[in-house]
Amino acid sequence: MAAKSINITLKIWRQKNANTKGALETYSLNEVSTDSSFLEMLDQLNEQLINDRKEPVAFDHDCREGICGMCSLYINGRAHGPETGTTTCQLHMRMFSDGDTIYVEPWRSRAFPIVKDLVVDRSAFDRIQQAGGFVSVNTSGNTMDANSLPIPKDDADKAFEAAACIGCGACVASCKNGSAMLFVGAKVSQYALLPQGKVEARDRVLNMVRQMDEEGFGNCTNTGACEIECPKGISLENIARMNREFLKAGLSSEK
Amino acid sequence: MALTGLFLCTFLVGHLLGNLQLILKTGEEGRRAFNEYAYFMSHNPAIKILSWVTYISILFHAIDGILLTIQNKKARPIPYARNNPSKNSSTPARYMAVLGTLVLVFIATHMANFWYKMKISEEVPMHSFIVSVPDQNGQVQSQEFYYTHNLQLIPKDDNFSVKNGTDLYMSKMNIKIGEGYRDLHTVVMQFFSKDNDSALFAVLFYVLSMFVLSFHLWHGFASAFQSLGLNHKKYNAAIGYIGKGFAILVPLLFAIIPIIIYLK
Repeated sequence: MAAKSINITLKIWRQKNANTKGALETYSLNEVSTDSSFLEMLDQLNEQLINDRKEPVAFDHDCREGICGMCSLYINGRAHGPETGTTTCQLHMRMFSDGDTIYVEPWRSRAFPIVKDLVVDRSAFDRIQQAGGFVSVNTSGNTMDANSLPIPKDDADKAFEAAACIGCGACVASCKNGSAMLFVGAKVSQYALLPQGKVEARDRVLNMVRQMDEEGFGNCTNTGACEIECPKGISLENIARMNREFLKAGLSSEK
Repeated sequence: MALTGLFLCTFLVGHLLGNLQLILKTGEEGRRAFNEYAYFMSHNPAIKILSWVTYISILFHAIDGILLTIQNKKARPIPYARNNPSKNSSTPARYMAVLGTLVLVFIATHMANFWYKMKISEEVPMHSFIVSVPDQNGQVQSQEFYYTHNLQLIPKDDNFSVKNGTDLYMSKMNIKIGEGYRDLHTVVMQFFSKDNDSALFAVLFYVLSMFVLSFHLWHGFASAFQSLGLNHKKYNAAIGYIGKGFAILVPLLFAIIPIIIYLK
Protein backbone atom coordinates (compact mmCIF):
# COMPACT_ATOMS: atom_id res chain seq x y z
CA MET A 1 0.00 0.00 0.00
CA ALA A 2 1.47 3.25 -1.04
CA ALA A 3 1.98 5.81 1.69
CA LYS A 4 -0.19 8.84 1.44
CA SER A 5 -0.54 12.02 3.39
CA ILE A 6 -3.60 13.34 5.12
CA ASN A 7 -4.51 16.66 6.68
CA ILE A 8 -6.23 16.48 10.02
CA THR A 9 -7.67 18.67 12.76
CA LEU A 10 -6.81 17.74 16.33
CA LYS A 11 -8.77 18.64 19.44
CA ILE A 12 -6.37 17.98 22.29
CA TRP A 13 -6.85 18.39 26.05
CA ARG A 14 -4.33 20.90 27.35
CA GLN A 15 -3.82 21.33 31.08
CA LYS A 16 -0.80 23.00 32.67
CA ASN A 17 -0.77 20.87 35.83
CA ALA A 18 -2.94 19.02 38.31
CA ASN A 19 -4.14 22.22 39.94
CA THR A 20 -5.26 24.16 36.89
CA LYS A 21 -8.34 23.77 34.76
CA GLY A 22 -7.81 22.32 31.35
CA ALA A 23 -9.55 22.80 28.01
CA LEU A 24 -9.64 21.33 24.53
CA GLU A 25 -7.39 23.15 22.06
CA THR A 26 -7.72 22.85 18.31
CA TYR A 27 -4.70 22.28 16.05
CA SER A 28 -4.40 21.75 12.30
CA LEU A 29 -1.77 19.29 11.18
CA ASN A 30 -0.96 18.81 7.49
CA GLU A 31 1.00 16.22 5.57
CA VAL A 32 0.63 13.40 8.07
CA SER A 33 1.86 10.13 6.58
CA THR A 34 -0.72 7.35 6.89
CA ASP A 35 2.20 5.03 7.67
CA SER A 36 3.07 6.95 10.81
CA SER A 37 1.86 5.77 14.16
CA PHE A 38 -0.48 7.89 16.27
CA LEU A 39 2.37 8.84 18.58
CA GLU A 40 4.60 9.77 15.63
CA MET A 41 1.79 12.04 14.49
CA LEU A 42 1.83 13.67 17.95
CA ASP A 43 5.64 13.99 17.64
CA GLN A 44 5.04 15.78 14.35
CA LEU A 45 2.52 18.10 16.03
CA ASN A 46 5.00 18.83 18.81
CA GLU A 47 7.69 19.72 16.28
CA GLN A 48 5.24 22.12 14.69
CA LEU A 49 4.38 23.60 18.11
CA ILE A 50 8.06 23.99 19.05
CA ASN A 51 8.77 25.71 15.73
CA ASP A 52 5.89 28.06 16.51
CA ARG A 53 7.49 28.62 19.94
CA LYS A 54 4.53 27.03 21.72
CA GLU A 55 4.46 24.50 24.53
CA PRO A 56 4.50 20.94 23.13
CA VAL A 57 1.77 18.48 24.15
CA ALA A 58 2.82 16.18 26.99
CA PHE A 59 1.86 12.52 26.50
CA ASP A 60 3.02 9.22 27.96
CA HIS A 61 4.95 6.67 25.89
CA ASP A 62 7.83 4.30 26.28
CA CYS A 63 8.35 1.09 24.30
CA ARG A 64 6.15 2.05 21.34
CA GLU A 65 5.66 -1.62 20.57
CA GLY A 66 2.52 -2.31 22.57
CA ILE A 67 3.96 -4.12 25.57
CA CYS A 68 4.92 -1.60 28.22
CA GLY A 69 1.49 -0.15 29.03
CA MET A 70 2.82 3.39 29.19
CA CYS A 71 0.83 5.01 26.39
CA SER A 72 -2.80 5.87 27.00
CA LEU A 73 -5.05 8.43 25.22
CA TYR A 74 -8.79 8.46 24.72
CA ILE A 75 -9.06 8.92 20.96
CA ASN A 76 -12.38 9.85 19.35
CA GLY A 77 -14.29 8.56 22.35
CA ARG A 78 -12.47 5.25 22.74
CA ALA A 79 -9.51 4.08 24.83
CA HIS A 80 -6.45 3.54 22.58
CA GLY A 81 -8.51 4.69 19.58
CA PRO A 82 -10.79 2.94 17.11
CA GLU A 83 -8.78 -0.25 16.60
CA THR A 84 -9.43 -3.14 19.01
CA GLY A 85 -6.60 -5.14 20.54
CA THR A 86 -4.02 -2.40 20.12
CA THR A 87 -2.40 0.22 22.26
CA THR A 88 -2.20 3.82 21.09
CA CYS A 89 1.44 3.36 20.01
CA GLN A 90 0.35 0.55 17.66
CA LEU A 91 -2.46 2.61 16.19
CA HIS A 92 -1.59 3.96 12.77
CA MET A 93 -2.79 7.02 10.94
CA ARG A 94 -4.12 4.82 8.11
CA MET A 95 -7.12 4.28 10.41
CA PHE A 96 -8.04 7.93 9.79
CA SER A 97 -9.11 9.83 6.68
CA ASP A 98 -8.16 13.13 5.16
CA GLY A 99 -10.06 15.99 6.82
CA ASP A 100 -10.87 14.04 10.00
CA THR A 101 -11.23 15.81 13.32
CA ILE A 102 -9.62 13.70 16.04
CA TYR A 103 -10.37 14.20 19.73
CA VAL A 104 -7.49 13.30 22.03
CA GLU A 105 -8.22 13.25 25.76
CA PRO A 106 -6.46 11.84 28.82
CA TRP A 107 -7.89 8.90 30.80
CA ARG A 108 -10.72 10.30 32.91
CA SER A 109 -10.75 8.88 36.42
CA ARG A 110 -10.67 10.34 39.91
CA ALA A 111 -8.00 7.75 40.73
CA PHE A 112 -5.84 8.86 37.76
CA PRO A 113 -5.20 12.59 38.38
CA ILE A 114 -3.87 14.54 35.41
CA VAL A 115 -0.19 15.44 35.68
CA LYS A 116 -0.06 17.55 32.54
CA ASP A 117 -2.00 17.65 29.25
CA LEU A 118 -2.52 13.98 28.33
CA VAL A 119 -0.33 12.49 31.07
CA VAL A 120 -2.13 10.93 34.03
CA ASP A 121 -0.74 9.55 37.27
CA ARG A 122 -1.48 5.81 37.35
CA SER A 123 0.37 5.06 40.58
CA ALA A 124 -2.99 3.93 42.01
CA PHE A 125 -2.40 0.72 40.02
CA ASP A 126 1.05 0.35 41.61
CA ARG A 127 -0.43 0.72 45.08
CA ILE A 128 -3.05 -1.95 44.32
CA GLN A 129 -0.29 -4.24 43.10
CA GLN A 130 1.78 -3.56 46.22
CA ALA A 131 -1.23 -4.39 48.41
CA GLY A 132 -1.16 -8.04 47.35
CA GLY A 133 -0.03 -8.68 43.79
CA PHE A 134 3.00 -10.77 44.69
CA VAL A 135 4.10 -14.21 45.87
CA SER A 136 6.59 -15.00 48.59
CA VAL A 137 9.63 -16.84 47.28
CA ASN A 138 11.98 -18.68 49.58
CA THR A 139 15.51 -17.50 48.82
CA SER A 140 17.31 -19.39 51.57
CA GLY A 141 19.18 -21.58 49.12
CA ASN A 142 16.70 -24.43 48.81
CA THR A 143 14.57 -22.83 46.10
CA MET A 144 12.72 -25.43 44.10
CA ASP A 145 12.97 -25.62 40.37
CA ALA A 146 9.79 -24.07 38.98
CA ASN A 147 9.19 -27.04 36.72
CA SER A 148 9.09 -29.45 39.64
CA LEU A 149 5.59 -28.17 40.44
CA PRO A 150 3.09 -29.76 38.05
CA ILE A 151 0.54 -27.23 36.77
CA PRO A 152 -2.33 -28.14 34.41
CA LYS A 153 -1.74 -26.64 30.97
CA ASP A 154 -5.16 -24.94 30.93
CA ASP A 155 -4.47 -23.21 34.24
CA ALA A 156 -1.00 -22.16 33.12
CA ASP A 157 -2.47 -20.72 29.91
CA LYS A 158 -5.19 -18.83 31.77
CA ALA A 159 -2.69 -17.46 34.30
CA PHE A 160 -0.50 -16.37 31.41
CA GLU A 161 -3.42 -14.70 29.63
CA ALA A 162 -4.24 -12.80 32.83
CA ALA A 163 -0.59 -11.87 33.30
CA ALA A 164 -0.62 -10.35 29.80
CA CYS A 165 -2.27 -7.28 31.39
CA ILE A 166 0.10 -4.36 30.87
CA GLY A 167 -1.68 -2.10 33.38
CA CYS A 168 -2.32 0.64 30.85
CA GLY A 169 -5.63 1.67 32.45
CA ALA A 170 -7.80 1.42 29.33
CA CYS A 171 -10.31 -0.63 31.35
CA VAL A 172 -10.74 2.19 33.85
CA ALA A 173 -10.85 4.80 31.09
CA SER A 174 -13.55 3.07 29.06
CA CYS A 175 -15.69 1.88 31.98
CA LYS A 176 -18.69 4.14 32.48
CA ASN A 177 -18.16 3.69 36.24
CA GLY A 178 -14.39 4.20 36.16
CA SER A 179 -13.99 0.73 37.64
CA ALA A 180 -10.60 -1.01 37.85
CA MET A 181 -12.04 -4.50 38.25
CA LEU A 182 -10.57 -5.88 35.01
CA PHE A 183 -7.07 -4.83 36.04
CA VAL A 184 -7.45 -6.13 39.59
CA GLY A 185 -9.24 -9.25 38.31
CA ALA A 186 -6.31 -10.02 36.01
CA LYS A 187 -3.74 -9.41 38.72
CA VAL A 188 -5.62 -11.61 41.20
CA SER A 189 -6.19 -14.32 38.58
CA GLN A 190 -2.60 -14.64 37.46
CA TYR A 191 -1.72 -15.87 40.96
CA ALA A 192 -5.01 -17.52 41.92
CA LEU A 193 -4.57 -20.09 39.16
CA LEU A 194 -1.06 -21.15 40.15
CA PRO A 195 0.08 -23.19 43.17
CA GLN A 196 2.66 -20.52 44.01
CA GLY A 197 -0.17 -18.06 44.54
CA LYS A 198 -2.13 -20.17 47.00
CA VAL A 199 -0.16 -19.13 50.09
CA GLU A 200 -1.29 -15.49 50.07
CA ALA A 201 -4.52 -16.09 48.11
CA ARG A 202 -6.90 -15.02 50.86
CA ASP A 203 -5.12 -11.85 51.94
CA ARG A 204 -4.24 -10.96 48.36
CA VAL A 205 -7.76 -10.56 47.05
CA LEU A 206 -9.03 -8.82 50.20
CA ASN A 207 -6.13 -6.36 50.31
CA MET A 208 -6.13 -5.61 46.59
CA VAL A 209 -9.89 -4.99 46.51
CA ARG A 210 -9.68 -2.80 49.61
CA GLN A 211 -6.88 -0.75 48.05
CA MET A 212 -8.88 -0.51 44.79
CA ASP A 213 -11.84 0.93 46.70
CA GLU A 214 -9.63 3.32 48.66
CA GLU A 215 -8.17 4.71 45.45
CA GLY A 216 -11.65 5.86 44.40
CA PHE A 217 -12.34 3.59 41.45
CA GLY A 218 -15.99 2.89 40.66
CA ASN A 219 -17.89 -0.39 40.84
CA CYS A 220 -18.30 -3.01 38.12
CA THR A 221 -21.75 -3.22 36.54
CA ASN A 222 -20.68 -5.81 33.96
CA THR A 223 -21.16 -3.63 30.87
CA GLY A 224 -18.19 -5.43 29.32
CA ALA A 225 -16.66 -2.23 27.88
CA CYS A 226 -13.27 -2.98 29.50
CA GLU A 227 -12.96 -6.38 27.85
CA ILE A 228 -13.65 -4.89 24.40
CA GLU A 229 -11.23 -1.97 24.81
CA CYS A 230 -8.43 -3.91 26.54
CA PRO A 231 -5.44 -3.97 24.16
CA LYS A 232 -4.46 -7.37 25.57
CA GLY A 233 -7.92 -8.93 25.38
CA ILE A 234 -8.15 -9.65 29.12
CA SER A 235 -11.40 -11.55 29.65
CA LEU A 236 -14.30 -10.72 32.00
CA GLU A 237 -13.77 -14.25 33.29
CA ASN A 238 -10.99 -12.74 35.42
CA ILE A 239 -13.45 -10.41 37.16
CA ALA A 240 -15.70 -13.38 37.93
CA ARG A 241 -12.69 -15.27 39.30
CA MET A 242 -11.78 -12.31 41.49
CA ASN A 243 -15.39 -12.18 42.73
CA ARG A 244 -15.21 -15.89 43.59
CA GLU A 245 -11.88 -15.42 45.36
CA PHE A 246 -13.29 -12.41 47.21
CA LEU A 247 -16.42 -14.25 48.37
CA LYS A 248 -14.37 -17.25 49.43
CA ALA A 249 -11.81 -15.14 51.30
CA GLY A 250 -14.46 -12.89 52.83
CA LEU A 251 -16.29 -15.88 54.27
CA SER A 252 -13.22 -17.62 55.68
CA SER A 253 -10.85 -14.80 56.62
CA GLU A 254 -10.60 -13.91 60.29
CA LYS A 255 -9.41 -10.39 59.54
CA MET B 1 -27.28 -6.44 43.98
CA ALA B 2 -26.89 -9.84 42.35
CA LEU B 3 -28.54 -11.85 45.13
CA THR B 4 -31.47 -9.47 45.59
CA GLY B 5 -31.80 -9.13 41.80
CA LEU B 6 -32.03 -12.88 41.27
CA PHE B 7 -34.44 -13.24 44.18
CA LEU B 8 -36.64 -10.55 42.65
CA CYS B 9 -36.54 -12.51 39.36
CA THR B 10 -38.09 -15.49 41.16
CA PHE B 11 -40.62 -13.11 42.73
CA LEU B 12 -41.57 -11.93 39.23
CA VAL B 13 -42.32 -15.52 38.19
CA GLY B 14 -44.55 -16.07 41.23
CA HIS B 15 -46.34 -12.77 40.74
CA LEU B 16 -46.85 -13.51 37.05
CA LEU B 17 -48.38 -16.93 37.72
CA GLY B 18 -50.87 -15.26 40.07
CA ASN B 19 -51.71 -12.52 37.58
CA LEU B 20 -52.29 -15.00 34.78
CA GLN B 21 -55.32 -16.25 36.70
CA LEU B 22 -56.97 -12.94 35.79
CA ILE B 23 -57.17 -14.04 32.16
CA LEU B 24 -56.97 -17.83 32.21
CA LYS B 25 -60.38 -18.24 33.88
CA THR B 26 -63.28 -15.93 33.10
CA GLY B 27 -66.54 -14.92 34.73
CA GLU B 28 -67.44 -15.78 38.32
CA GLU B 29 -65.09 -18.77 38.23
CA GLY B 30 -62.13 -16.51 37.42
CA ARG B 31 -63.21 -14.02 40.06
CA ARG B 32 -63.35 -16.75 42.70
CA ALA B 33 -60.03 -18.30 41.66
CA PHE B 34 -58.22 -14.98 41.75
CA ASN B 35 -59.72 -13.85 45.05
CA GLU B 36 -58.93 -17.21 46.64
CA TYR B 37 -55.37 -16.82 45.39
CA ALA B 38 -55.24 -13.27 46.82
CA TYR B 39 -56.53 -14.60 50.15
CA PHE B 40 -53.86 -17.29 50.18
CA MET B 41 -51.17 -14.73 49.38
CA SER B 42 -52.18 -12.49 52.28
CA HIS B 43 -52.82 -15.22 54.88
CA ASN B 44 -50.30 -18.02 54.36
CA PRO B 45 -47.50 -17.63 56.95
CA ALA B 46 -44.79 -18.81 54.56
CA ILE B 47 -45.97 -16.30 51.95
CA LYS B 48 -46.00 -13.58 54.62
CA ILE B 49 -42.34 -14.23 55.38
CA LEU B 50 -41.59 -14.34 51.66
CA SER B 51 -43.37 -11.03 51.12
CA TRP B 52 -41.24 -9.37 53.81
CA VAL B 53 -38.12 -10.78 52.14
CA THR B 54 -39.43 -9.26 48.91
CA TYR B 55 -40.01 -5.80 50.44
CA ILE B 56 -36.52 -5.86 51.97
CA SER B 57 -35.00 -7.06 48.69
CA ILE B 58 -36.64 -4.27 46.70
CA LEU B 59 -35.47 -1.67 49.22
CA PHE B 60 -31.95 -3.08 49.45
CA HIS B 61 -31.67 -3.44 45.66
CA ALA B 62 -32.82 0.18 45.19
CA ILE B 63 -30.78 1.76 47.99
CA ASP B 64 -27.60 -0.20 47.21
CA GLY B 65 -28.08 0.64 43.53
CA ILE B 66 -28.35 4.34 44.31
CA LEU B 67 -25.29 4.29 46.61
CA LEU B 68 -23.20 2.42 44.02
CA THR B 69 -24.32 4.80 41.26
CA ILE B 70 -23.28 7.80 43.37
CA GLN B 71 -19.84 6.19 43.91
CA ASN B 72 -19.57 5.43 40.20
CA LYS B 73 -20.41 9.02 39.25
CA LYS B 74 -17.75 10.27 41.66
CA ALA B 75 -15.17 8.00 40.05
CA ARG B 76 -15.19 10.19 36.94
CA PRO B 77 -15.60 13.84 37.95
CA ILE B 78 -14.75 15.26 34.51
CA PRO B 79 -16.63 13.61 31.63
CA TYR B 80 -15.12 12.97 28.22
CA ALA B 81 -15.73 15.67 25.61
CA ARG B 82 -16.17 12.94 23.05
CA ASN B 83 -17.29 9.46 24.11
CA ASN B 84 -18.33 6.50 22.02
CA PRO B 85 -19.61 3.89 24.47
CA SER B 86 -21.97 2.23 21.98
CA LYS B 87 -18.86 0.64 20.43
CA ASN B 88 -18.11 -1.39 23.53
CA SER B 89 -21.29 -1.94 25.54
CA SER B 90 -25.03 -2.40 25.17
CA THR B 91 -27.45 0.43 25.88
CA PRO B 92 -29.42 -1.39 28.65
CA ALA B 93 -26.13 -2.20 30.41
CA ARG B 94 -25.21 1.48 30.54
CA TYR B 95 -28.63 2.67 31.73
CA MET B 96 -29.32 0.16 34.52
CA ALA B 97 -29.68 2.89 37.17
CA VAL B 98 -32.14 4.91 35.07
CA LEU B 99 -34.11 1.79 34.14
CA GLY B 100 -34.12 0.64 37.76
CA THR B 101 -35.39 4.03 38.95
CA LEU B 102 -38.25 3.87 36.44
CA VAL B 103 -39.09 0.35 37.61
CA LEU B 104 -39.14 1.66 41.20
CA VAL B 105 -41.54 4.45 40.20
CA PHE B 106 -43.76 1.81 38.63
CA ILE B 107 -43.60 -0.37 41.76
CA ALA B 108 -44.62 2.65 43.89
CA THR B 109 -47.67 3.44 41.73
CA HIS B 110 -48.52 -0.26 41.41
CA MET B 111 -48.44 -0.73 45.18
CA ALA B 112 -50.51 2.42 45.72
CA ASN B 113 -53.13 1.13 43.28
CA PHE B 114 -53.48 -2.42 44.56
CA TRP B 115 -51.26 -3.35 47.52
CA TYR B 116 -52.19 -0.29 49.60
CA LYS B 117 -55.92 -0.70 48.94
CA MET B 118 -55.78 -4.39 49.77
CA LYS B 119 -53.51 -4.37 52.81
CA ILE B 120 -53.54 -0.93 54.42
CA SER B 121 -56.69 1.07 53.67
CA GLU B 122 -58.84 -2.04 53.16
CA GLU B 123 -60.74 -0.19 50.44
CA VAL B 124 -61.14 -3.41 48.52
CA PRO B 125 -64.78 -4.53 49.02
CA MET B 126 -65.80 -8.04 50.08
CA HIS B 127 -66.51 -10.59 47.41
CA SER B 128 -70.30 -10.98 47.29
CA PHE B 129 -72.91 -12.19 44.83
CA ILE B 130 -76.63 -11.74 44.35
CA VAL B 131 -79.02 -14.67 44.33
CA SER B 132 -82.41 -14.06 42.71
CA VAL B 133 -85.31 -16.52 43.13
CA PRO B 134 -89.01 -16.08 42.35
CA ASP B 135 -91.31 -16.44 45.40
CA GLN B 136 -94.82 -18.04 45.50
CA ASN B 137 -96.31 -14.92 43.91
CA GLY B 138 -93.88 -14.98 41.01
CA GLN B 139 -92.06 -11.89 42.37
CA VAL B 140 -88.30 -12.05 42.02
CA GLN B 141 -86.61 -11.84 45.38
CA SER B 142 -82.94 -10.89 45.42
CA GLN B 143 -80.50 -11.25 48.23
CA GLU B 144 -76.80 -10.54 48.36
CA PHE B 145 -74.49 -13.10 49.94
CA TYR B 146 -70.82 -13.08 50.83
CA TYR B 147 -68.64 -15.52 48.92
CA THR B 148 -67.20 -17.51 51.83
CA HIS B 149 -64.91 -20.36 52.68
CA ASN B 150 -66.84 -23.67 52.56
CA LEU B 151 -69.56 -21.83 50.59
CA GLN B 152 -71.42 -20.87 53.78
CA LEU B 153 -74.39 -18.67 52.85
CA ILE B 154 -73.97 -15.50 54.87
CA PRO B 155 -76.18 -12.64 53.73
CA LYS B 156 -74.64 -9.24 53.18
CA ASP B 157 -76.80 -7.19 55.52
CA ASP B 158 -76.64 -5.42 58.88
CA ASN B 159 -76.78 -8.69 60.84
CA PHE B 160 -73.26 -9.51 59.74
CA SER B 161 -70.12 -7.42 59.75
CA VAL B 162 -66.55 -7.75 58.51
CA LYS B 163 -63.60 -7.67 60.88
CA ASN B 164 -59.84 -8.21 60.51
CA GLY B 165 -60.02 -7.90 56.76
CA THR B 166 -61.99 -10.99 55.85
CA ASP B 167 -63.58 -12.38 59.05
CA LEU B 168 -67.39 -12.40 59.06
CA TYR B 169 -69.01 -11.73 62.45
CA MET B 170 -72.57 -11.79 63.69
CA SER B 171 -72.93 -8.10 64.49
CA LYS B 172 -74.99 -8.42 67.70
CA MET B 173 -73.20 -11.30 69.37
CA ASN B 174 -69.68 -10.54 68.17
CA ILE B 175 -69.11 -14.16 67.17
CA LYS B 176 -67.11 -15.14 64.14
CA ILE B 177 -69.21 -17.39 61.96
CA GLY B 178 -67.26 -17.53 58.75
CA GLU B 179 -64.60 -16.11 56.53
CA GLY B 180 -65.02 -14.29 53.24
CA TYR B 181 -62.75 -12.97 50.52
CA ARG B 182 -61.71 -9.50 49.44
CA ASP B 183 -62.79 -8.85 45.87
CA LEU B 184 -59.44 -7.76 44.45
CA HIS B 185 -60.45 -9.29 41.12
CA THR B 186 -63.19 -6.70 40.55
CA VAL B 187 -60.89 -3.85 41.63
CA VAL B 188 -58.29 -4.95 39.07
CA MET B 189 -60.87 -5.49 36.34
CA GLN B 190 -62.41 -2.06 36.90
CA PHE B 191 -58.98 -0.43 37.07
CA PHE B 192 -58.08 -1.60 33.57
CA SER B 193 -61.62 -1.69 32.10
CA LYS B 194 -62.54 0.44 29.06
CA ASP B 195 -65.44 1.85 31.09
CA ASN B 196 -62.96 3.55 33.38
CA ASP B 197 -61.74 6.88 31.96
CA SER B 198 -58.23 6.57 33.34
CA ALA B 199 -57.81 2.95 32.21
CA LEU B 200 -56.18 3.77 28.88
CA PHE B 201 -53.48 5.74 30.67
CA ALA B 202 -53.10 2.98 33.25
CA VAL B 203 -52.68 0.32 30.56
CA LEU B 204 -50.18 2.42 28.59
CA PHE B 205 -48.17 3.18 31.73
CA TYR B 206 -48.20 -0.50 32.67
CA VAL B 207 -47.07 -1.66 29.23
CA LEU B 208 -44.33 0.99 29.04
CA SER B 209 -43.13 -0.01 32.49
CA MET B 210 -42.88 -3.62 31.32
CA PHE B 211 -40.68 -2.46 28.41
CA VAL B 212 -38.44 -0.74 30.96
CA LEU B 213 -38.40 -3.89 33.11
CA SER B 214 -37.51 -5.93 30.04
CA PHE B 215 -34.45 -3.77 29.30
CA HIS B 216 -33.45 -3.91 32.98
CA LEU B 217 -33.61 -7.72 32.94
CA TRP B 218 -31.93 -7.92 29.53
CA HIS B 219 -28.67 -6.91 31.19
CA GLY B 220 -29.46 -7.68 34.82
CA PHE B 221 -30.18 -11.41 34.65
CA ALA B 222 -26.83 -12.55 33.23
CA SER B 223 -24.98 -9.73 35.02
CA ALA B 224 -26.04 -11.15 38.39
CA PHE B 225 -24.35 -14.45 37.59
CA GLN B 226 -21.12 -12.69 36.61
CA SER B 227 -21.15 -10.67 39.85
CA LEU B 228 -21.47 -13.88 41.85
CA GLY B 229 -18.44 -15.23 40.03
CA LEU B 230 -20.43 -17.69 37.93
CA ASN B 231 -18.68 -17.26 34.62
CA HIS B 232 -17.87 -20.51 32.89
CA LYS B 233 -17.45 -21.32 29.22
CA LYS B 234 -19.82 -24.28 29.51
CA TYR B 235 -22.70 -22.31 31.01
CA ASN B 236 -22.23 -18.72 29.80
CA ALA B 237 -24.21 -19.26 26.59
CA ALA B 238 -27.08 -20.92 28.47
CA ILE B 239 -27.19 -18.15 31.11
CA GLY B 240 -27.18 -15.55 28.32
CA TYR B 241 -30.03 -17.17 26.38
CA ILE B 242 -32.12 -17.90 29.47
CA GLY B 243 -31.59 -14.32 30.67
CA LYS B 244 -32.67 -12.82 27.37
CA GLY B 245 -35.62 -15.22 27.09
CA PHE B 246 -36.63 -14.31 30.64
CA ALA B 247 -36.28 -10.59 29.87
CA ILE B 248 -38.65 -10.90 26.90
CA LEU B 249 -41.16 -13.50 28.10
CA VAL B 250 -41.88 -12.38 31.67
CA PRO B 251 -42.58 -8.66 30.97
CA LEU B 252 -44.49 -9.64 27.81
CA LEU B 253 -46.83 -11.95 29.73
CA PHE B 254 -47.29 -9.30 32.44
CA ALA B 255 -48.10 -6.67 29.81
CA ILE B 256 -50.71 -8.65 27.88
CA ILE B 257 -52.90 -9.08 30.99
CA PRO B 258 -54.03 -5.42 31.30
CA ILE B 259 -54.33 -5.22 27.50
CA ILE B 260 -56.70 -8.20 27.42
CA ILE B 261 -58.73 -6.78 30.34
CA TYR B 262 -58.95 -3.41 28.57
CA LEU B 263 -60.08 -4.92 25.26
CA LYS B 264 -62.75 -7.11 26.87
